This record gives sequence, structure tokens and C-alpha cells, in this order.
Amino acid sequence: MIQVSHISKIYKNDSIETVALSDISFNVAGGEFIAIMGPSGSGKSTLMHIIGALDSPTHGSYILDGEDISKLNDDELADIRNRKIGFIFQAFNLLPRTTALKNVMLPMAYGGIPKEKRKEAAEKYLEMVGLADRMDYTSSQLSGGQQQRVAIARALTMEPKIILADEPTGNLASAQANEIMEIFRRLNKDGHTIVMITHEPDIAEFAKRIITLRDGRIESDRKNGKRKSVGYIRKVKK
Amino acid sequence: MEPSELISESFSTLTLNKMRTGLATLGIIIGIGSVIALVSLGQGSQKAVQNQIQSLGSNLLTVVPGARTSGGGIREAAGSNTTLTYDDAKAILSSSQVTDVANVSAEISRREQVTAGRNNTNTQILGVTPSYAEVRKVSISSGSFITQRDLESMSKVAVLGPQVVTDLFGEGANPVGQTIRISGQSFRVVGVTVSKGGTGFQNQDDIIFIPLTTAQKILFGVNYISSISVEAKSEDVMTQAQDQVGYLLLVRHHFNDPTQADFSIFSQSDILSTASSVTGTFTALLSGIAAISLIVGGIGIMNIMLVTVTERTREIGLRKALGAKKKTITQQFLIESTILTGVGGILGMIIGIAASLIISKFISLPFTISASSIALAIGVSASIGIIFGWYPAQRAANLQPIEALRYE
Repeated sequence: MIQVSHISKIYKNDSIETVALSDISFNVAGGEFIAIMGPSGSGKSTLMHIIGALDSPTHGSYILDGEDISKLNDDELADIRNRKIGFIFQAFNLLPRTTALKNVMLPMAYGGIPKEKRKEAAEKYLEMVGLADRMDYTSSQLSGGQQQRVAIARALTMEPKIILADEPTGNLASAQANEIMEIFRRLNKDGHTIVMITHEPDIAEFAKRIITLRDGRIESDRKNGKRKSVGYIRKVKK
Repeated sequence: MEPSELISESFSTLTLNKMRTGLATLGIIIGIGSVIALVSLGQGSQKAVQNQIQSLGSNLLTVVPGARTSGGGIREAAGSNTTLTYDDAKAILSSSQVTDVANVSAEISRREQVTAGRNNTNTQILGVTPSYAEVRKVSISSGSFITQRDLESMSKVAVLGPQVVTDLFGEGANPVGQTIRISGQSFRVVGVTVSKGGTGFQNQDDIIFIPLTTAQKILFGVNYISSISVEAKSEDVMTQAQDQVGYLLLVRHHFNDPTQADFSIFSQSDILSTASSVTGTFTALLSGIAAISLIVGGIGIMNIMLVTVTERTREIGLRKALGAKKKTITQQFLIESTILTGVGGILGMIIGIAASLIISKFISLPFTISASSIALAIGVSASIGIIFGWYPAQRAANLQPIEALRYE
């Protein structure tokens, strides 16, 4: 599904070069659930941007679903993001003052899905994340956990090849974080490929495979044999 | 994303911050409103001048004497020549070569002191033939105009303009039957003309009409006349009529070379076009000033749109992350700015029309509003939206999604 080979990312600021990633290679097969871990500054955000087609690598190639996307222009990347990647952000990033239903319909509008089909699909995915009775609520009327569930529904509507979650529980209390992780587990069980960035070991334990980054390099890439079950997160987070 | 969705989304975005949207639109409202009002008032005054000139007779030619050259070769002012006579006027009407002329009137004009009882005034005395009333569109409000009999018998009768009536007898008085004295001679008042509303350079109401013969023989002691008014059969044959009259007078005055002629012929359309070009220049000048306020309004729109782009950086980043292409983002912001200026344009147009309606009522101008100025206002306001919205829209479209998503 994903082939990352020898990717590096170098930021140039005036004459100072900052190496954010160097020589990263790994593959992700369909149906995997991967956590990318690392302390801040390890390059995990940069890697997430590249995997999410939000940024291009300086060197190396990135093949997503058989398509080399390291050389595409802005509009082509927008199209890839729309069709192949479902984003879930730490800050939920729903449109303010817009109903849950309309938020979920947004990627389909950009993807050119006919108007009649959008509502139907949006309702289906909102039901799936348990928000059938909250469709007409605006973002500010929903709790953090509910907002993140709307974001998950939004990520699913275009039936993407991978779901890319960036610290999905970072802004949530543990009970709500549990709910979100449970949805992820269920999605993965249904065959969705999930790549999740997190710095919390507790959350990473939900994944089947954990890649740890340090100073822009892969420190470890291991299978997670003893996956934690729901209800694992007990400690109350800030 | 379909255009209709972009439009409805833009509307809901704009209604979120009503105060700001209102203030941004105000600049355009004032700009478009003042352009519409000033153009309309300019056209109104142009129309007023045209009406006034046309009230003198729209298919009118005026023959005036040329400049007299005295024995020493000194050329005097145009109109000073004394070669134009009443016979010339009669010849124009009777000649078989002049086919496009409907009527002719001969006039002699001077200013004289006029008294009635204790009141006196200095006004224009116009010796006329009876046809003057028809040629120059003079109407009588009481009594009658100079008649053919008055002309033949050199009667000492006078028809007064309303201004003269006010000056000599007081406002609203009916002087018919009373006596006035023009440079010592008694004249019986036989009629009063309807006001022509003369203003400015020539007050057509401050005038006294007497028979041409009386003026020539009794009052001024001359044989010549100071002008001939010729009414062409229609506006279409003005040029032909002018040529025919010119040719006849050249022959009568024994000139071969038209450049040597001792008379000139003016047509009303010459005067009309001169007056129109003057008021047209003023209209253009005023609209130019109004257009500046429109540009200022446009810059206001650009300012607001730039603030909006900055404020919505995160939202733009999200939209791009979810697959919005540059074109879609550009369109969204252009539609927003065009809605701002479009709505401003329509409101400005309504206010401009209302203002011009009120002002033209107030200063009694004819109210005119042309479809072209409305079309122009709407076109201009829409293009201001596109022109001044373009840069902010480009800024939004070129935002990098990562940078935009990180933006706090």
C-alpha cells in the first residue's frame, strides 16, 4: 500500500540546513495498523506530512497505492489527499459554525461526488461513529470526543486507501480517547489501513506495529504482540 | 464543488461578521451611489439646458448681420452691420428657391428704459413681426400678441414678458389695457406672454415685444433689422434650409463668394451641441471625482479580504488538506469579494437613484437615469470585487496546507 524508500527531508533556512528526516524506508501493507512514535523533534510530524501528501520529500521516493507521489504538483497532491487519504487531526479541525453533516460532506464536495449521494454517505458514516442523533449539531455544540468522531466520519467518506491520524487523542480526556481508539480498532478489523502518529506509548500500544523515530531516523520497527484492549487507558490526562 | 454551493457558502460566511461585512460594503455603496447620483444629475442638467434651448424652437435658424467694415478698413463686432432688412425676411418666405422653410420672422432689438407710473426698468425691446410667436414658440397668457394690423399701422402697442410685468406693475398684476412709456413714447399693453423660465445668461421673460415697424420708424429711426428667425419645415431639412436661405441672401446682397458674406446663419443645433458639450464636461469631471471614491472603496474590500484570509488560515489549510484545489479556493474568495461589491453596487445604485431623484426635485431639474449608467455601475462594482479580491484570493490559494494547519 505504502512504499517509502530512502526518504529524507532537509529544510533550508538562509544558509542553515536542518535535516528533519534522513534515509527513512519502510513499507505498509493493506490492513495494517501502525503507530509512528517518537519524542518531539524526532521528525514524526514531517514524516506524517509526507505520507499525507501535504509535503514532498527532498530525496527518495514515496509510492502510495502504486502511484509515485513525490514528484506531483500542488493540485495533483490535493487530488491524492482527497481520494486516497483520510485525515484525522489532533485539533479535530472541523469547520466552525457548520453542522456535523456538512463537515462530513466537505471532502465529497471537493471530490466531485454528486450532491444527492453526499448526504446519504455522510449519514451512513455518522451513524457508524454513533452520532446519528447529532448530525445537525455545529462543532461548538459537540464535545471533543464527538468532534473527533465527526472527523473520523469525514475521513471515511471518500473511502480512502489509508487513514492518517495525527495525535488523534492528544486533545481528549482518557474516556473519550478510549472511545476513539475503539473505533480505530474496529475500522482496522474491517480492513482499513491506519497510520497513527503519537508520542504517547499508551496509545501506540493499540497498534499492531510500532515504528519509533529518533533524530530523523528509524530507531526501531517492531510488531506489537501484546496489543492492549479497550479500557487500557486509565490515567487521567491533562 | 459546484458554483451554486460556493455562492451559498460565501453568503453564510459573510453573514457571520455582519458589522465588518457592512462596513466593507459601505465603501462600495458610497462609491457607486455617488457615481450614479452625479451622472444622473449631470445628465439632468444637460437635459435642462437642451429643453431650454429647444423651447426656443428646435428647427430654428437665426440669420444675423456680419461685422461692418468701416471706410478706414476697421472691422467692427459681428452683428453690427446694417444690411439686413425686413425685405430680406419677406424674400426668404416668398422665394420659389427656398422650399424647406416654414415660417420667417424679422426682429430688431435694443435695450431701453421703460416706465409705468412710478416704476421703471431697463429691458430688452424687441420689434417683431406677428410670425415671431409661432417661430419662437411664444405663448400668450392674457391679451394677444402683435398682429399683422399692428404691424401695418405702426401701432404703439406692447406685449410684456412676465418679468417686466413684475418689475413695472408688481407680481401677478394684469397690465393689459394699461399704458407704459418706452423712451418717452406711450405704448398700450395688449398682452402678456407665458413664462419660459429663462435663467442664466438670457432671461427670456425680461422682454417687451412691439411691432417691428413701430420699432424701426417711431422708436429707433432705422431701416435695418438685427436678426431673422427662420423656421425650417422639420429638423431633418435644417441643412437644406440653411443652404437655401444662405444662397438667396448672397444673391440679394450681391456676393459671389460665401466667405465675403455680410451675414451669418446659426442653427439651434449648433448652440445645442455647444451647451451639451459644456455640461458633458462637467458631468465627466464630477463622475471622475466619484470614481476615486469607488477605488477607495475597492481598496477597503481588499483590506477586509486580506484580514479574512489571515483569520481563516487554518480553515484554508484544512480545506486544502481535504482536497480543495487552488482554483476552488481562489473561486471561493473571489465569490465572497464579488458578493460584497455586488451587493454594495446594488444598494449604492438604489441610494444613488434616490439621492438624484430628491436633489433634482429640490433644484427642479428633469430627473434622468440611463440604463447605461446602471449597467456600468453594476459592471464596475462586480469587476472591483474581482480586481481587488484577486490578490487576497491568490494569497489564500497559495497557502501551504501544513503551514496553514499549524497556524494558531
